[in-house]
Amino acid sequence: MAAVTAVSGKKRKRARRKMTLVLFSMMLPGLVYLLINNYMPMVGLLIAFKKYNYSAGIWGSEWCGFSNFTYLFKTQDAINIVRNTIGYNLVFILLGNVVAVAVAVMLNFLRGKMNKKIYQTVILIPFLISMVVVSYIVYAFLSQESGFLNKLIESFGGEKISWYTQAKYWPFIFVIVNLWKGFGYSSILYYATVIGIDSSLYEAATVDGANRWKQVVHVTLPGLKGTIITMVLLAIGRMFYSDFGLFYQVPMRSGLISSVTDTIDVFVYKGLTQLNDIGRASAAGFLQSVMGFLLVLTANYIVRKIDEENALF
Amino acid sequence: MVVKNKSGQIALNIIFTLLTIAAVAPFLLLVSSSFTDEATLVRDGYSFLPGKFSLDAYIYLFQSSMKIVKGYGITILVTLIGTVLSVLFTTLFAYPLSRKEFPFRYFFSFFVFFTMLFNGGLVPSYMMWTQTFHIKNTLWALIFPGLLMNGFYIIMMRSFFNANIPDALVEAARIDGCGEYGILWKIVLPLSKPMMATISLMVGLGYWNDWMNSLYYITDEKLFSIQAILNTIISNIQFLQSSQGSSVASGAAADLPSVGIRMAIAVIGILPILVIYPFFQKYFVKGIVVGGVKG
Repeated sequence: MAAVTAVSGKKRKRARRKMTLVLFSMMLPGLVYLLINNYMPMVGLLIAFKKYNYSAGIWGSEWCGFSNFTYLFKTQDAINIVRNTIGYNLVFILLGNVVAVAVAVMLNFLRGKMNKKIYQTVILIPFLISMVVVSYIVYAFLSQESGFLNKLIESFGGEKISWYTQAKYWPFIFVIVNLWKGFGYSSILYYATVIGIDSSLYEAATVDGANRWKQVVHVTLPGLKGTIITMVLLAIGRMFYSDFGLFYQVPMRSGLISSVTDTIDVFVYKGLTQLNDIGRASAAGFLQSVMGFLLVLTANYIVRKIDEENALF
Repeated sequence: MVVKNKSGQIALNIIFTLLTIAAVAPFLLLVSSSFTDEATLVRDGYSFLPGKFSLDAYIYLFQSSMKIVKGYGITILVTLIGTVLSVLFTTLFAYPLSRKEFPFRYFFSFFVFFTMLFNGGLVPSYMMWTQTFHIKNTLWALIFPGLLMNGFYIIMMRSFFNANIPDALVEAARIDGCGEYGILWKIVLPLSKPMMATISLMVGLGYWNDWMNSLYYITDEKLFSIQAILNTIISNIQFLQSSQGSSVASGAAADLPSVGIRMAIAVIGILPILVIYPFFQKYFVKGIVVGGVKG
């Protein structure tokens, strides 16, 4: 009897090991891909501490300590790109979430299935389009000679504006374009949480004599708190990143306004491909990756302290 | 919770009508310009209604420019291959992570999760893809870098398997002698169709819209996708504006399609998305809702 169980135990063990191997074999393609696409470049970040030499490659190039970083911070560029990246992100996070929550709340107050569905479908459309196409649309509005806005200004007797050469307009243009492209997406995200709020809470509030506004403040917003925290947290974790397409394509790569359009991503791209300035590009990229990582950890840590349920991990 | 009084409903509907107009009007400007007669466009500029209707831009695109047709071919090819590979890799990776019998599932879940927190960024990735793997000016450059797998989708798929595939079902299939690949194919996949559809659409959209890989890795015009063609036009416009009057500039000017044709290319680039989208809207919304908040 004991021998039989020992044999079947061994058999079971072998079957288990085989199953583990088969399951592992399923993961192989993905594993190889993630190692190459995601993990190898992490190690490659060390290039920021090297004097890059094309013929020697990343590993053959000589170490140069922090000289890429000191070189980066010697110029005005470093401060400029960090200011732009963080500054735009702050405005985007604030405005984007306020608008999205407002739209989600209003969508919930709306009667009628059909119109609700139509509104939801349509506001998502800008989200589906590539930034290159967006830059064409923006160009149709802002082109110096034939843009819609300049024609409008002219028809009222005003002077044409050279949008693509004047920096002062671009902070507003970026905010509008970003909001236009993203509000549908985040509204729908918030709306999914809003419809999940227990309707008896509203009924109880009505019985207590709460008007519409009070219901929003005391029922809807508290119900949304978790989602808002998660969304803002995710966005804060990406504060050092920017939408490369928005800042590079939408201004039509105009060099004259780079003081307000160059974010870290644009700077890294230009350094790598156009200016042959790999030292500073890799130093800026390194700071972006590491600061981004620290920021996610910090933001998550703070939320964990305040309200563990809403922490990401 | 709906607003009951009538004036409230009317006000809400007005607000949403304005929002929907704000969302689509810019597209109207693009589409209308592509259908406007070239001379009118040059004289009156871009406007929301075609001053003088004309199909010239589209006729030109499909008759005399193989470039656009080829670009379309590249975009479709890359989107198909990329999406199929991506869904295949993601499913195969996510399934073992969802099995409680798989001893390394926590390690590999963290392995995926970590890619969402930290990444090497453009410079090392670019160096690696171009110098170690030599993918510059190959079709693979449009498929592999960045887009093929996304930690979010893997975690999303794993959570879906966890919540929707009953352990008893998998166990029963095993007792019947079904192997792991068989279980995945015959039991798990048929139960996961909505999630597969959602991820396919999101990934497919990513490939269709991708212009960055072309910008980084493609200089050979034969491999230009629609997005890459649009991109080249932008850089030619920029080049013209920065070097007006020089002899090089006139060369670039000759390459530059007319105002209406440019807009027509952009319209062609978004048309398939706009046509397909309403039918799959449900899955897009699902992808946003599931993927946006914690995976």
